[in-house]
Amino acid sequence: MSLLNALETEAQPQVIASGGLKRRRHVLDLDDFSRQEILEVLESAEGMSEVLHRDIKKVPALRGRVVVTLFYEASTRTRMSFEEAGKILSADVINMSASGSSAEKGESLLNTGLTIQAMGVDTIVIRHPHSGAPYLLAQHLDKVGIINAGDGIHAHPTQALLDLYTVKEKLGRLEGLKVVIVGDVLHSRVARSNIWGFAKMGAQVVLCGPSTLLPLDMLRPSGVPANDEPLASVQVETNLDQALEGADVVMALRLQAERQNGGFLPSMREYIRRWQVTEARLGRSSPDVMIMHPGPMNEGIEISSTLAHGGRSVIERQVTNGVAIRMALLYHLSAGVGA
Amino acid sequence: MFGLTSDTILIKGPRIIDPGRGVDEVGDILVRNGAILASGQISSDDIPEGCRVVEAAGKVASPGFIDIHCHLREPGYEYKETIAAGTRAAARGGFTSICCMPNTDPPIDNSAMVEFILQRARDEGIVRVFPIGCVTKGRKGKELSEMEELAVAGVVAFSDDGDPVEDPNLMRLALTYSSDLGLPVTNHCQDRSLSRDGVMAEGRVATRLGLPGIPSAVEEAMMARDVALAELTGGRIHLAHLSTAGSVPLVKQARERGIPVTAEVCPHHLTITDEWVLGGQSAGTGAGGTFAYDTLTKVYPPLRGQRDVDALVQGLAEGTIDCIATDHAPHELISKLVTYQDAPSGISVLETALGSALQLVHGGHMTLNALVERMTVGPARVLGDSFDYLSTLAPGSTADIVIFDPDLEWVVDPNEFQSMGKNTPLQGATLKGQVIATMVQGRFVYEDGAVV
Repeated sequence: MSLLNALETEAQPQVIASGGLKRRRHVLDLDDFSRQEILEVLESAEGMSEVLHRDIKKVPALRGRVVVTLFYEASTRTRMSFEEAGKILSADVINMSASGSSAEKGESLLNTGLTIQAMGVDTIVIRHPHSGAPYLLAQHLDKVGIINAGDGIHAHPTQALLDLYTVKEKLGRLEGLKVVIVGDVLHSRVARSNIWGFAKMGAQVVLCGPSTLLPLDMLRPSGVPANDEPLASVQVETNLDQALEGADVVMALRLQAERQNGGFLPSMREYIRRWQVTEARLGRSSPDVMIMHPGPMNEGIEISSTLAHGGRSVIERQVTNGVAIRMALLYHLSAGVGA
Repeated sequence: MFGLTSDTILIKGPRIIDPGRGVDEVGDILVRNGAILASGQISSDDIPEGCRVVEAAGKVASPGFIDIHCHLREPGYEYKETIAAGTRAAARGGFTSICCMPNTDPPIDNSAMVEFILQRARDEGIVRVFPIGCVTKGRKGKELSEMEELAVAGVVAFSDDGDPVEDPNLMRLALTYSSDLGLPVTNHCQDRSLSRDGVMAEGRVATRLGLPGIPSAVEEAMMARDVALAELTGGRIHLAHLSTAGSVPLVKQARERGIPVTAEVCPHHLTITDEWVLGGQSAGTGAGGTFAYDTLTKVYPPLRGQRDVDALVQGLAEGTIDCIATDHAPHELISKLVTYQDAPSGISVLETALGSALQLVHGGHMTLNALVERMTVGPARVLGDSFDYLSTLAPGSTADIVIFDPDLEWVVDPNEFQSMGKNTPLQGATLKGQVIATMVQGRFVYEDGAVV
């Protein structure tokens, strides 16, 4: 049965996608995704995208399934994106924020997770300021699927999948592309997951930014054991003009104002001068170069406004595709749990 | 607890390793009235009729181990550990003397607190307990504690462990003021302006997991300072829990220049790396995936890389590092069921120390004789000459003895720990080498897998 046909009925575990995704219980990061599994998600998202662009955006696939978004950090797009994705698939989506919840009374993350599990929830989508928080839930909750919607500076796998999807949609491939990620890579969970994602799919990843904001340790060749092999191909370049040479994709990262206070940067002025992605600096990139940004943007800091809203920008497309990717993941995980 | 026994006990046929006297031979040990009557080749004529015989053929007998760095948590944190439970854990680990750090609540910074610890140890402890006193009042790092009063009350060293003595001038004064007391100042070397919010060793694993890192320079910068201050003052500095490759040459060079510096290293820093934070290592299921962020690996100083482990092993083997210390840091398990950043630092080590340390012997990095030296004579030397009596099997000495089987394999099950702290990343790991019996002043306190 095709995916689109399957979506028209309540999900039955036996009809959900084939391959590695079928066995997956959690989406914690892309480091444990196979290339094949990533392709399955992207393919599935194509079908979801079709539903998303209908006049009546509703299929019964996840009717009777319950998804909780558990957010310990502020978020607009990611949270809304998951909520919309769940609702289009007819799941019941419950939003829970740390503020106003029992977390404010000192309830531990684990106890909150156990409480949610006890209510019969199928999937928890969690965002947390501490790296690894979704792993804590995955280790101790045995009946709930966990989707990481951003943990500390560690990972944001659904963002990386939507980025992969957006690039593949526009350029038709991932393998062999030169992808330049510019900015505060060190503190970026988006970058970390994208490094895994693009590297696994055979793209050449180049990281560019101030040396104080690059994850140099991750990449030192001597420090890359066999199971981290995709990372061995990642390059670091502090000179933006050289990094952009022949680039197919340029992803600017949000530069948080705290970084200057933390002493990582002498000034915003110097950052803008050296690392702001602008039209003028794209001269040596590929003519079809795509401009991406995970949002929210600081226009005029890490990216110029004209570029952000210009013809090469796919930033709004990323947001749209984010819903499709999250539909795909919610579908596979929520339908599969309890099978 | 140290009531003399009139019983005579013969420990029959062990390999006797007594590094202080250069003894390594198969023989017997005869114990009477809490003291060693004879050891080595004992004629059957000298063995009293009807004495208790403990068969120890194939085992090793040595002076009981001495741990100069552990946390017994009492008073203030009795939900983590008590003197009663901590000394039972020590007995199970083969330790007959342990020195407890003063980061209790209230801290051990006055004679009343020292007396409390000693009294509680007499009432409830089953091995010897030596308190360490604070360097500064309330461990606040502002003013020196009353070091002479503490020394008279019975502390064996000074430390603000858990925190460094940050102010260089205060450290200078501490080393100068304590120099006529004959006791070392133990420093927890951590430059906090450099370690910031770090929770594990800086490096590839930390970067991959998105956890704030602690660079090696955090330790080395303060150790270099302390070496300079020891040279300046002539005071005795003891460097706690070395964890980096760069710390070893600092100690070695200081020693070569005649500066009064001693150093210790923990079993975990000698045997496991930051790869363990990725999880799944003790059970051998492979790193990464769902098991990552194993909070049981969170410890200060943090687990570091293989290069650091190799350098520390070499430093211990060649004697640059004087001794093994456990830094036994028990925590209630629930406190570890949080994110890595929220988890407290510390590992429950007393009961796995020997099995971990023996990996160095089984791996061919040092002799068994040298390892025993680093767990007996070495730590006694750090404390000072007057502690020699705790680290020898010479006739007439107090009978503090450990009997262990260096080849016995066992699987670490924290539920079997005597310690209240079940927090160990070694859960499920197989260790080779286990304590068979521990004797304090002629009396078995641990025997046949049970506290006596």
